[in-house]
Amino acid sequence: MTAYLARRLGQAVVVLLLVSLIVFGLLHALPGGLVRAQLGPKASPYAVRQLAVQEGLTKPLPVQYLVWLGHALQGNLGFSYKLNTPVSTLLGEYFPRDLLLTGAAIALAIAVSVPLGALQAYRRNKGVDYAFSGVLLALYSMPSFLLGVIAIIVLNIELPLLPSTAQQFGQGFGTDVKVLVLPVLTLMLGNIAYYSRYVRSSVIDNLLEDYVRTARAKGAPWSRVLVRHVLRNSLLPVVSLIGISFPYVVSGSLIVEALFDYPGMGLLFWDAEQSRDYPVLLGVVLLVSVAVVVGNLLADLAYAALDPRIRYD
Amino acid sequence: MTDASTTGSAVTGPTSAALDTAALDTAALDTAALDTAALDTAALDTAALDPAVAGMPANARPVWRDNVATFASNRFALAGLVALVVIALLCFVGPHLYSTNQEATNLINENLPPSGQFPLGTNPEGFDILGRLMLGGQSTLEVGFAVALVATAFGTFWGAIAGYAGGLLDALLMRVVDTMLSIPFLFFVVLLGTLLQPTLPLIVVAIASVSWLSTARIVRGETLSLRTRDYVVAARGFGNGHLRLVLRHVVPNALGVVVVNATLKVADAILLFASISFLGLGVPPPATNWGRMLTTGINNLFDGYWWQLWPAAIAIVATVVAINAVGDGLHDVVEKRLGAGRR
Repeated sequence: MTAYLARRLGQAVVVLLLVSLIVFGLLHALPGGLVRAQLGPKASPYAVRQLAVQEGLTKPLPVQYLVWLGHALQGNLGFSYKLNTPVSTLLGEYFPRDLLLTGAAIALAIAVSVPLGALQAYRRNKGVDYAFSGVLLALYSMPSFLLGVIAIIVLNIELPLLPSTAQQFGQGFGTDVKVLVLPVLTLMLGNIAYYSRYVRSSVIDNLLEDYVRTARAKGAPWSRVLVRHVLRNSLLPVVSLIGISFPYVVSGSLIVEALFDYPGMGLLFWDAEQSRDYPVLLGVVLLVSVAVVVGNLLADLAYAALDPRIRYD
Repeated sequence: MTDASTTGSAVTGPTSAALDTAALDTAALDTAALDTAALDTAALDTAALDPAVAGMPANARPVWRDNVATFASNRFALAGLVALVVIALLCFVGPHLYSTNQEATNLINENLPPSGQFPLGTNPEGFDILGRLMLGGQSTLEVGFAVALVATAFGTFWGAIAGYAGGLLDALLMRVVDTMLSIPFLFFVVLLGTLLQPTLPLIVVAIASVSWLSTARIVRGETLSLRTRDYVVAARGFGNGHLRLVLRHVVPNALGVVVVNATLKVADAILLFASISFLGLGVPPPATNWGRMLTTGINNLFDGYWWQLWPAAIAIVATVVAINAVGDGLHDVVEKRLGAGRR
């Protein structure tokens, strides 16, 4: 386990360094450079030069990278041009809301997908399986904002039950729950389409194993075989699936937050994109990437803890 | 060197296999058809596969015919293919039969509901929506297929080199893939779109920059298993160079899996294109695409202009479902050939 842990940690560090290199590279790929982005096209050459010296942009690129990385490691990601706030302060404010949104969506999606996938696997190639497969394929083939809009049409316009925006988030527990329902539902439905297909094939693989026949031959009823034997073994890959799905969920949250005005990192990113607020854009990309790497690492470690075969490889 | 290569493969192995299953599983929604097909043509398998293995193009026709039969026996896939052809014809030939003005705005006709003159109504600029659907479909389909082409070519190249070279180079190339995969793709595409001027080719590049990753992983995995096969070893023994070995012997044998993956990429690219259009990135009007049409519909959602939302919504979902269905049929074909080869 220690060897596995060390190897996996080492890999995560390498990936994180590469992520920082890519983000740094993008920062310097800006048309006109960072200073122009900050001062605008009409700034005098003198002012441009002065700000460049002041920000250390005249130094060699490797030196700039190390300085930037040093700052980033200390949590200094620069200042937002538009909001005039340190990027790290903004991220600290917005990030927890994302954990809430994506965490709730993933947890609920798993809670629905596991029984659904198991049911489909058990009744595979029968009416129920086809019906659900069809619905899930339709969900999977929809852009997530269309899914959100359909949710708004049904639960806001046709049946006025829920607010269509999450702008009022942060005004007490009751409102928070109410405004979160539609965003979480939208993000969750997309994930269910993704997870349950996977659970279905994982359960089918296990149903064909010898131990199922043995358990049946011993006289165990199907319900017991399914829950005690098959589902337990089928859930292992689901742990790593959650890890793999992080980039999808986080990407989905960008759309959902833009659609519902939910004040998370996605909305912060989207607003920054509209106003070309580069430090915020890059700070968000850096943080979501770190979150994905850490999330993946945790999922892999959980997998290794649950499945001895991984540890002893 | 060897050490690094085993580490690399041991760790990326399960993940890439998982991704692989997830991708192929989209296609596995209709497996009943596969079963019958397998029974029907089981007898032909051995005969059909031999020329394919030997790589004799003169005798390739039976394999080809067999593949078509497998594909056609999947009714879902066949329906998908027909739907896709109809949609493509509607978008590319349709404007020649049903000509509308999609250049100049006409504010007298803004937001009109469907009628005899405008079968699907008009949008806020007064454009006829049916005509706009055809125009938007052109750029949507073009982006989808261009992304799949570019991403598949690049990903195959990258993955084949990594898998064939092994060792340090493999570890390095695959760490780059891991890194790109951990940057949430939509954020990356939007960032690239903001940095680059949004023209259609640059949007293709931006989407392809996140789309090639799964191909690279799949091809690397295939190459790892193919490079130790006897025929590759034999070809090397004949004095073939590395490049020729990869291009002539390794890549063609991984092609089946790559083609299925590429098909699903078209669907994913169309969805991603719609998403970035929703976020406001895209070519300026009067150019359009289904994602932007959908966004217009959403912006006017509370005005009750339902005809501005549903045509584009149905077009996107129908196209993506059809492409996934075609991927399903191709998956059947590949699965059967691989299954026959392993027996």
